[in-house]
Amino acid sequence: MSEIDLSPLKPAIESYIPLGRSGLLPALHAAQKIYGWLPREVAAEVAKTLRVPLADVHGVIEFYALFYNEPVGRKIIRVCTDPACALKGADGLLDHLCKHYGVDPGGTTPDLTLTIEQSPCLGLCEHAPAALVDNCAETNISPDYRSFDTCTPRSLVYGTIRELTGNCGNSTTTLEKYGEYAAYKKALTMTPDEVIAETDKASGLVGRGGAAFPTGIKWGSAAKIQSDQKYIVCNADESEPGTFKDRVLLMDDPHRIIEGMCITAYAIGADKGYIYIRGEYPYIVPVLENVLEEARAAGYLGKHFDVEIRVGAGAYICGEETALFESIEGKRGFPRVKPPFPTTSGLFGKPTVINNVETLCNLPLIISKGSVEYRKLGTEMSPGPKLFCVSGDVEKPGLYEVPFGVTLRELLNLAGGMRFDFAQHEVRPEQSRRTELKAVLFGGAAGAFATAEHLDVKLTFEDLRAVGLPLGSGVVMVFDETRDLRDVLKRLGKFFAHESCGKCYPCQLGTQRQMEILNRLAAGDFREGDSARLQDVGWTMTDASLCGLGQTAGSAVLSAMKLFPELFVER
Amino acid sequence: MDGKEITAEENQSLLEAARENGIDIPTICFHEATTANALCRICVVEVEGMRVLQPACIVKAANQMKVQTRSERVIRSRRAILEMLASTIDLSESPEIQKMMQEYGADANRFPGAERRESEVRDDNPMYVRDYSKCLLCWRCVQVCADDAQYTFAINFSGRGFETQIGTFYDRAIPETSCVLCGQCVAVCPTGALKPKREFLLEQGMTPQQIGVLNSGRKKRK
Repeated sequence: MSEIDLSPLKPAIESYIPLGRSGLLPALHAAQKIYGWLPREVAAEVAKTLRVPLADVHGVIEFYALFYNEPVGRKIIRVCTDPACALKGADGLLDHLCKHYGVDPGGTTPDLTLTIEQSPCLGLCEHAPAALVDNCAETNISPDYRSFDTCTPRSLVYGTIRELTGNCGNSTTTLEKYGEYAAYKKALTMTPDEVIAETDKASGLVGRGGAAFPTGIKWGSAAKIQSDQKYIVCNADESEPGTFKDRVLLMDDPHRIIEGMCITAYAIGADKGYIYIRGEYPYIVPVLENVLEEARAAGYLGKHFDVEIRVGAGAYICGEETALFESIEGKRGFPRVKPPFPTTSGLFGKPTVINNVETLCNLPLIISKGSVEYRKLGTEMSPGPKLFCVSGDVEKPGLYEVPFGVTLRELLNLAGGMRFDFAQHEVRPEQSRRTELKAVLFGGAAGAFATAEHLDVKLTFEDLRAVGLPLGSGVVMVFDETRDLRDVLKRLGKFFAHESCGKCYPCQLGTQRQMEILNRLAAGDFREGDSARLQDVGWTMTDASLCGLGQTAGSAVLSAMKLFPELFVER
Repeated sequence: MDGKEITAEENQSLLEAARENGIDIPTICFHEATTANALCRICVVEVEGMRVLQPACIVKAANQMKVQTRSERVIRSRRAILEMLASTIDLSESPEIQKMMQEYGADANRFPGAERRESEVRDDNPMYVRDYSKCLLCWRCVQVCADDAQYTFAINFSGRGFETQIGTFYDRAIPETSCVLCGQCVAVCPTGALKPKREFLLEQGMTPQQIGVLNSGRKKRK
């Protein structure tokens, strides 16, 4: 192997030296940009420069799927094969690509021009099938890869209201288009306590990332604590299969997110913020960089509060708040034991408020309208607007904004209803019929299945909870009668086995065992006792895992066992 | 605890409180000398009012807390964790875990066809050998090598999830790392994954005399 020239590395990572270990992920990203992968000499130089132990640097590289410690192609095509893309022929597309270039999935051409990988959900579900090609999103790809949309995924925004998505669909990426931070200015005329009170019980806002924790309670407890340093983190590590709402908000209305962060910072008394965006959204990073610069120039950022962007590197677990902190701190994304909770000991051990993108976008709305007006949308227990990511077998997949309280039926009708039977449609359009609903996956891979019986359930936290369905991150993934749910389950199983961090035994071992059994079932290999095995594995993960990933890794499978027991026995 | 009223000191973990009161809660990853990370979850117990089971090694005892250490949910989780472990790694040198399996009625063959974590024995230094087929990822070796004891930072993790393994920088042999051969990792290993070289050679059938010959090449300072 030719000697590696380390001279371009130094200037590329120099600026991260003051960050110390926390600069590790940015430095590895910068290094990989130069060399295409991370050779040993390069990793050693990064370690030396940032004064991080060699073994730890290697541990970090090994943890993140987007870091490579062996040579890869100069171009990397990552084809999403998770459920929403699989419905639209992702397997065939991957197969076509691999045959065409003569490589296996995960393989690289001998001349190192191209690597083709299967990818977990890329957050492009409404444009399935999709792929990430280097830093570009390629969407609506034809089976022969001849035609596709490229670079910036189009925003498909529908629904009955446009409170959160008013700026979406027309790329409101400049301050000129967005206008001034009016809500932030209004917040500054209030006391921090008043801002917190407005967000707390008055508005009833709860987190939109999946866990539905009351935002005001988080704020209140972080505000109370005396500390030399507090942090605000925007969790933009959207990776739940089927979720793409944050991508649209980040792409089309980034100033609203920064305004939400400014309001939060003022309320709790923080002077530093981070946006942690998943590594699979590289095309959004320049948009955010530009927005931060504009906000600094306008004086919203820089004086009392500033924001730094951190880019993930392919790890679903980093959406878990404490794993995300570890990642910003330059470590493997292992979730921490809670308590202590982030509001007392979060990022760098300091009080931290971490909120999801959609949650932050609600804040300018609440402050400018006032909580009374805000509460006119939605229900008593679930006030406000909500974004739903509708994908799969409906006529119009996309992002839907509705008030809490519409029913699943109403949402699916907005989405054009079930899709038309395509095969028949081509031959005799006049006889084309709609397919029948078989199942809806609610809340993503970490969610649960619903059926036609649930069509009249109101989409609120309380109504869904009553029927045992999680709202999660707002995923509504629709499967019709023609779909093989065993195949869907197999993909969910694979997703969790791929994404488990490996820290606690129930999840580390359980996601693997669950995947193995689901793979067998999908291949028609049934064994006596499989249902009991899946129950034991699923409940053990649910009951005994350390973090939310493991605690929900069996959820969809357990719900399918209840609704479709026939899937788990040989016919 | 289990219907019996017990008193605990402030800041005492449920595990310590239980042990002081003669209630047995099993543990695998826990070790007095290392930071408890609540990894193995074998010590989980059911605490009234909590949604999920709680690891007794780190959860602090509190006033009026109601704890069940052997509820159905607890036993199901313990048994399943043991069965999954047995289907993954070589527990032949872990008598405590084998005993636990008997106690909880765990079937080592519960998962037919399950992938095992197998790897070659690494014999690359004069002090110890590493057999990661026996490693159950308790993290103790990494912890004592780092800030729980030695601050050497020679080992960390490779891979993630089920494929996690203890590893060195780009899989270097131990003498090429910062390892100082302090042996603390070997001392805290619960499964024989890390083993003194001498013990390993004796098991391979070498006699102490033969091992002595291996060492005789060493220079002695006069």
